[in-house]
Amino acid sequence: MAVDEGLKIELGKQGVFVTTIEELYNWGRRNSIWPMQFGLACCAIEMIATTMARYDLARFGAEVFRPSPRQADLMIVSGTVTKKMAPQVVRLYNQMAEPKYVIAMGACAISGGPFKQGYNVLKGIDRYIPVDVHIPGCPPRPEALIQAFMTLQKKIDGQPLTGEGRPRFLDAAQQGEFPVPVFGEHDLEPASNKGVWPLPMVKQGIGNSKS
Amino acid sequence: MKTVEEIKSAIEAVLPGAGVEIVSNLSPSGQHSLRLKPECALAVAKFLRDDAELKLDYLSNATGVDWPESLEAVYHLYSVEKKHGPVILRMKTANRTDQVELPSLTPIWRSAEFQEREIFDLYGIVFTGHPDLRRLLMWEGFKDHPMRRDYREPDDFEYEPTAHDEVLKRSTEHQAAVAGQPGSEAGA
Amino acid sequence: MKVAEELLNPKLEGWNRPALADPGDEGELLEVAMGPHHPSTHGVFRMDVALDGERVVRLRPVFGYLHRNHEKIAEGISYLASMPYTDRLDYICPITNNWAYALAVEKLTGQEVPERAEYLRVILGELTRFQNHASSIGFLTQEMGALGTPLMYAFREREKILDLFEELTGARMMVNYMRFGGCRVDASAAWLDRTRKVVAGLAGFVDEFERLLATNEILMARTQGVGVLRADLAINAGVTGPMLRASGVNYDIRKVDGYGIYNRFNFRVPLGDHGDVYDRFMIRLLEMRESIVILQQALKEIPGGPVMSSTAKIRGFRPKPGEAYGRIEAPKGELGFYLISNGGPNPYRYRVRPPSLINLTILEDMCLGHDVADVVLIFGSVDIVLGEVDR
Repeated sequence: MAVDEGLKIELGKQGVFVTTIEELYNWGRRNSIWPMQFGLACCAIEMIATTMARYDLARFGAEVFRPSPRQADLMIVSGTVTKKMAPQVVRLYNQMAEPKYVIAMGACAISGGPFKQGYNVLKGIDRYIPVDVHIPGCPPRPEALIQAFMTLQKKIDGQPLTGEGRPRFLDAAQQGEFPVPVFGEHDLEPASNKGVWPLPMVKQGIGNSKS
Repeated sequence: MKTVEEIKSAIEAVLPGAGVEIVSNLSPSGQHSLRLKPECALAVAKFLRDDAELKLDYLSNATGVDWPESLEAVYHLYSVEKKHGPVILRMKTANRTDQVELPSLTPIWRSAEFQEREIFDLYGIVFTGHPDLRRLLMWEGFKDHPMRRDYREPDDFEYEPTAHDEVLKRSTEHQAAVAGQPGSEAGA
Repeated sequence: MKVAEELLNPKLEGWNRPALADPGDEGELLEVAMGPHHPSTHGVFRMDVALDGERVVRLRPVFGYLHRNHEKIAEGISYLASMPYTDRLDYICPITNNWAYALAVEKLTGQEVPERAEYLRVILGELTRFQNHASSIGFLTQEMGALGTPLMYAFREREKILDLFEELTGARMMVNYMRFGGCRVDASAAWLDRTRKVVAGLAGFVDEFERLLATNEILMARTQGVGVLRADLAINAGVTGPMLRASGVNYDIRKVDGYGIYNRFNFRVPLGDHGDVYDRFMIRLLEMRESIVILQQALKEIPGGPVMSSTAKIRGFRPKPGEAYGRIEAPKGELGFYLISNGGPNPYRYRVRPPSLINLTILEDMCLGHDVADVVLIFGSVDIVLGEVDR
């Protein structure tokens, strides 16, 4: 049950602060998202630049970058995920405690990026783990990373605690850990996690398709 | 620095029968190379490193090349003491399938250690005498040699928005193969 | 021909590490995998370290976590299309990667570069070297426990330089600026003035850095005598760049090859005495000063003229069959490109000679006998970038 905004402001002028548990809960969580120190490639340098004095990310709540996944809320996958690295990424994601979020930063983390044709390149980290925010760019500017952070904060703000749209960590039926791929002889096995990466309903070959 | 012909005669003066050939380079860079016979490669390499005039003590680059008939290893040598270079050495394997051994130059120049491991990983040339020949870049159980021209990439392009030519052909085959399996989505 | 006996099974030169398999000791050693996710491994790199207490007994590096198949992709696209990929090799110094590739293709096709373009290349190259060395020192001190303050100072200067890059080329990091036969875009007089202002401020920054760090007790105690690299081992192992010069070997490709117009500038090459981590740190500091010297000269002497010759072969060209190896003194070491052409529009073989990978050849030798905390510093002093190691 939400409180009428006008009433809130009137009461606020009298020194009485009214809110719902949901707002308070989400407010606390979104203003203290601690990312994990997880830079893979070039986007990591822009991520570091975002935490430096000019584009300070700490003022948005990302006060410290924790090296340990157990202590982090957010994994910013910044850089190309290769097939050799993919099992470690999924393992790290599994080790993070709920609630956890993933930002796929840069073209490589979204879909393989400029290296999409590579035999060792995983074509997007969302084949194995669910991603909350995607940032396009190669590398995205620090301002783009800040905007992604704010988008994630808006997403957390709007999450109801009970009922249909509640997030994964409050829903006992949903899983928070995903199967880790193993190294096969020619490729990773499995090539993607069903349920996370459904084959899209798009007819392949737009334009000159002869199929 | 000596020209390629002078280096060849210097080698053959000390190691007769070494069978060194000159491979000329038609591009404007003018960097000609010497082809070594695999049996004599270690002796020639030691001479090139220790000779008082050449003193090629620095191996800058070791790489593999995939030709239609054989595989090749190419080495670029420079001298830190005399500040000259490059001297380029080449060795070809007998064929691409079963006779792919070449002698390792790691005992002479330590910098070949990782580079020869990479050539083994990506091309499949087996370097005899290398102290630790394992894959460098791909994982341990990987079976192919990816930089070869006949390497077939795995079918991991389930979603290709603008497929055409080669990719369209492979993508169609892949979709047909996957469509017959249970659990796949119907609309793609 | 008859091969001498000792060559059939030669003794390994430059090898001073123990046998790779130590039977009998395995039960008492602690095996630690440092990486690929580790706060101090500069990216995704793994070191399998075997420890006897705190002392390193064996160290085996594992590569390939960022192997992005640059060389294979380059065989399928034209020469010009590989230029943006070279930005992503050593991603802290995109300009010098572009330069090395442009040099190799210019050797392959026999092209000349106009003078103004050479001066612009030197200016941007030395700015890149400056910010690379500043960042490297910043990361090294962060691993020592300085919690990021020198790194913040270094990145403050780096942002000024990146602003210059962005104004000239359109991008902060992946500039894609060099072309075969010149540079993509000319610099305006206003940009040159702004660069002169930035360069004028850099000397003060280096002074501040040196005053705060060079005689710092903690830094000296942790880095002097740690990770010593002998000169003969360094040469034999193919080490190049500031690491080689810290061991006392006078080999700077800017002086040796004199590529571009480097023989017009008056600059010194600092050399170290001991080859330890402190020397590498000081060499980088001193090279920053030499970069400022070169920048001042270049900014004074830059002539007018075109930045690309009218007959430059940039796109759609087919070089004659042949090969070329072009190398430069990148901030990390010798960066070389080896190209083989078979007359087609794409290279037949495209090889990157990565300084970071080859500088890691003797990582184990430098770390043996030291504590595991020193491994972090020694590794940081090698100054690698994973994009270059794994390509």
